[in-house]
Amino acid sequence: MLKIERLTKMFGGLAAVHDVSVEFEANKINAIIGPNGAGKSTFFNLVSGMHPPSSGRILLDGVDVTRMPCDQVARLGVGRTFQTTNLFEQATVLDNLIVGHRLRTRSGLWDVLVNSRRLRAEEQACRDKARQALDFVGLSHVEHRYIADITQEERKRVAFALALATEPKLVLLDEPAAGVNPEETEGLAALMKKMVANGLTVCLIEHKMDMIMGMADKIMVLDHGEKIAEGTPEQIKCNPVVIEAYLGSDEDAAA
Amino acid sequence: MYKFGSFLMTPLAKYLMLAFALVFPLLTSNEYQVYVMASAFVWAIAVYGLNIITGFCGQLNLAHGGFFAIGAYTLGLLSADYGWSFWPAFAAALLMTAVLGLLVGVVSLRLKEHYFAIFTLCVGFIIYLLMDKWEALTHGPIGVRDIAAPYGFGLVDFTDTVPFYYLVLAFLVFAIWFMGRLSRSLLGRTFVAIRNGDELAQSLGINLMRNKTLAFVLSTTYAGLAGALYAGMVRFIGPEEANITHTFDMITYLLVGGIGTLTGPLLGTVGIVWITQSLQFLEEYRMIIFGPLLVLLVIFFPRGVTGSFLGWMHRKGEQAQAPEQRSMGKVSLPSEVNSNA
Repeated sequence: MLKIERLTKMFGGLAAVHDVSVEFEANKINAIIGPNGAGKSTFFNLVSGMHPPSSGRILLDGVDVTRMPCDQVARLGVGRTFQTTNLFEQATVLDNLIVGHRLRTRSGLWDVLVNSRRLRAEEQACRDKARQALDFVGLSHVEHRYIADITQEERKRVAFALALATEPKLVLLDEPAAGVNPEETEGLAALMKKMVANGLTVCLIEHKMDMIMGMADKIMVLDHGEKIAEGTPEQIKCNPVVIEAYLGSDEDAAA
Repeated sequence: MYKFGSFLMTPLAKYLMLAFALVFPLLTSNEYQVYVMASAFVWAIAVYGLNIITGFCGQLNLAHGGFFAIGAYTLGLLSADYGWSFWPAFAAALLMTAVLGLLVGVVSLRLKEHYFAIFTLCVGFIIYLLMDKWEALTHGPIGVRDIAAPYGFGLVDFTDTVPFYYLVLAFLVFAIWFMGRLSRSLLGRTFVAIRNGDELAQSLGINLMRNKTLAFVLSTTYAGLAGALYAGMVRFIGPEEANITHTFDMITYLLVGGIGTLTGPLLGTVGIVWITQSLQFLEEYRMIIFGPLLVLLVIFFPRGVTGSFLGWMHRKGEQAQAPEQRSMGKVSLPSEVNSNA
């Protein structure tokens, strides 16, 4: 599904991501963990085409997307959410989601001027897609509420729905469960499992270990921009390198 | 009060506003008032343009007054110096602002946020300098005289104030109509997505450069349209048309009326132009009243008159709808993104 070969990103003299190679399988939940500043978000920015990598290759289903601009990568089927999603507060949930399907439409200025049949058909398609995505994340009942009036957890779900409206194959979720309570976290985990059950591949960055260990098929651990481990939750849990990165080594503890 | 509010959002309210604009010249015997209203409409068209790039697309363009002046100068110079008649020169003015908008947009839109604003501020000043200093082409500070008036094809005489008023009104209605259509369309939603955040918009597969440039060209064309009408109305223009204060005036109209809304630019422009007129006796001191008014408005109604009104209506609407209806996911409110049409 997603194959990363020796990916490196330098910011000035600092390697935010250094020589990372990894492969994520389709239809699985893949997690990226690591201490703050480990390069996790940078990794997402590289995969989604937001930043060009300094070296290395990114293959999506065999297609080289390494130097592709962000909007083209999205069109190839990479959806993503951000740590904080800036939505249009003074518009309804549904209105915010309609644009999510825009990348699958072609109407331009001329269609707007003459109100062409294509434009009307595409607008309907976008509206349907938005409703479908909203239904998928279980928020049909807040369709007409303003974004400003919904809860933090509902915002997270709206962000999911927005990514889903682009019809992705792979969704990159940046700390989807940050700032929501444990009960809601479980709900979001269930939602991610539902995405995978519907044929999507999920890749997420998360700090909530209970959640990750409970649902990830594969975990990659980054520290100081380098991959220090990868494997199943069981393998990661008892990996001494990972424990050291998180807790500090024995010498540190003794000091 | 709520009933009155929902009335204001019906099509009937729009037609009443249009009807008022149509009979306005008959209501007043004072030709000067008709002239003031016509000039307010001209500025409103330009403010609608600013609303596209700044209100919808979120890019603060400080060269807007400059493009207004380019529209005016293109029409003025072609008709006064090169003997073009009004309508061909008018079309050339639109084309000129669109093409220059494209060139400036392609360069300046690579910059983001403040940098874009500062860059366009400089572009606006360069436009002013060219008009002031390039005497061979623009006559410098003397300005352009004897600009052609709109040719009425033998049917009407647009040198009269009242026919000209209707001409401007027709363009204004078209400008608003197109704006309404744009704001509700996928293209308008694309612009709003860019305003909400470059990164999110990109990750939704939106080509930032192409869409921003399109919004910029649309906005400069609106400015050019307004500038050309202005030149046809006053028939004497100078470099001062490109002065940055015009851009700031337009930003004020937009903020007061409601940025990113459909009726905001009209209400803000017409409202402030008339308040300015009625405070004329205070001369420069009127800013003592204007300043504090603006401060209060920005503090208490940051979304302008229209934006605040729409927010209030929506909340009222939610309360008025029975809760059981809401839980069924069926609320029959008009879907309001950026429009109150």
